[in-house]
Amino acid sequence: MADGLQLSPDGQLKHLLTLDGLPSRILTQILDTAETFMDVGERDVKKVPLLRGKAIFNLFFEPSTRTRTTFDIAAKRLSADVVTLNIAASSQSKGETVLDTVANLTAMHADMFIVRHSQSGAAHFIARHVAPHIAVVNAGDGRHAHPTQGLLDAFTIRRYKGAFHNLRVAIVGDILHSRVARSQIHALTTLGVPEVRVIAPRTLLPAGVEQMGVHVYHDMQAGLKDVDVVIMLRLQNERMKGALLPSAQEYFKQFGLTPEKLARARPDAIVMHPGPMNRGVEIDSEVADGPQSVILPQVTYGIAVRMAVMSMLMGPAQ
Amino acid sequence: MNAPLPDVARLLDQLAEQIRPSLTPDTALVGIHTGGAWVAAELHKRLSPVLPLGTLDISFYRDDFSRIGLHPQVKPSAIPFVVEDQAILLVDDVLHTGRTVRAAMNELFDYGRPASIRLAVLIDRGGRELPIRPDFCGLALAIEPQQNVQLRRNEQGQLSLTLA
Repeated sequence: MADGLQLSPDGQLKHLLTLDGLPSRILTQILDTAETFMDVGERDVKKVPLLRGKAIFNLFFEPSTRTRTTFDIAAKRLSADVVTLNIAASSQSKGETVLDTVANLTAMHADMFIVRHSQSGAAHFIARHVAPHIAVVNAGDGRHAHPTQGLLDAFTIRRYKGAFHNLRVAIVGDILHSRVARSQIHALTTLGVPEVRVIAPRTLLPAGVEQMGVHVYHDMQAGLKDVDVVIMLRLQNERMKGALLPSAQEYFKQFGLTPEKLARARPDAIVMHPGPMNRGVEIDSEVADGPQSVILPQVTYGIAVRMAVMSMLMGPAQ
Repeated sequence: MNAPLPDVARLLDQLAEQIRPSLTPDTALVGIHTGGAWVAAELHKRLSPVLPLGTLDISFYRDDFSRIGLHPQVKPSAIPFVVEDQAILLVDDVLHTGRTVRAAMNELFDYGRPASIRLAVLIDRGGRELPIRPDFCGLALAIEPQQNVQLRRNEQGQLSLTLA
């Protein structure tokens, strides 16, 4: 869909907007590059001079803590100058349009925009209008995509499981509203996971989800059987208010990950969650803090993956 | 076009003998990816297998990143010892402009403050653009600026030089 925007004519990454349609060659290159950044965080000087002199703007039109912080740290570890703008609380409330904000920051010699927005397509829109030397990274747009989260989840799986070609992965929860789930599904199917399952109540599944190449389950007992990886999604509280779900207690009973339900998966299965977690709604604390949980390593890996994406985008001047 | 060049195993023997008298108990070898890492491994075998051995990939420290971008196959640097106060013997295959050595020294300092850094190279082909010279050199070779001398390794792990 965004191929023309994301890849240059010679196949280099120009913007990262969605994982939909990106070839496995690019995904693998990002994961391999991230691997080389893993040791930077453990050195005396936790920095490499790669993006010295580059100006990176974090444009957060929607609140976020983890994603914003890890993009910020990633940019700093690459020696870039990074400015974080929480725009919900600044110019937008005074009526400035997104493109005016972008034009002003371009006049401040920006080299990269990291964009988080509640509207699907916001990062694409900005990418279409920026000057050619500027790269745009989608840090989550509406229900559409959260590509760096999909990549860091793939990176986590590769680190713990070694490969993709022999895995069963289950994604559990609110698939309908989840940009994270979409990006995970694109990443995992492109990288060759033969069986990606989604487990959710019918009201939280998008129509035609099977066309994304996943197997659909409505019940944890069947869906978790023999899986290698369990990815829990956050259940957004506002979903309870509508007619989509009866109550948090009822949801936890059916779809919350408890030690008993996890026992259906392979004994060496890992448990992931993109955060922030609702303990006692989609995941039991005993699982979240248990030996199979890799939820905190996911956060650490997110820095290396974001460093990889930024350094690949800031290559030669186009 | 390839021209015959000296035998790499003999060059390595000579280079190891040059280095040997100056080895100290706190010496550590660091090879620069990819050719320098091969040379460092060979010197390590010849000198002392108890010396610490590491490798550096200088891709994140190159001065031409904004011109050519990130190398598509960056390898992790592996420094399995404390750099602080070590006597580092930095090893590369071919010394040319000196820019790679500059980048490697910058990267080393991000691991700690070494007691000293000395430079060993298999071939010094001239053409320096920075004030850098080797402390130990297998062979100084005067070649034309447009020529390229390369260290290769075959499937059996044997090293050879080519001039093109």
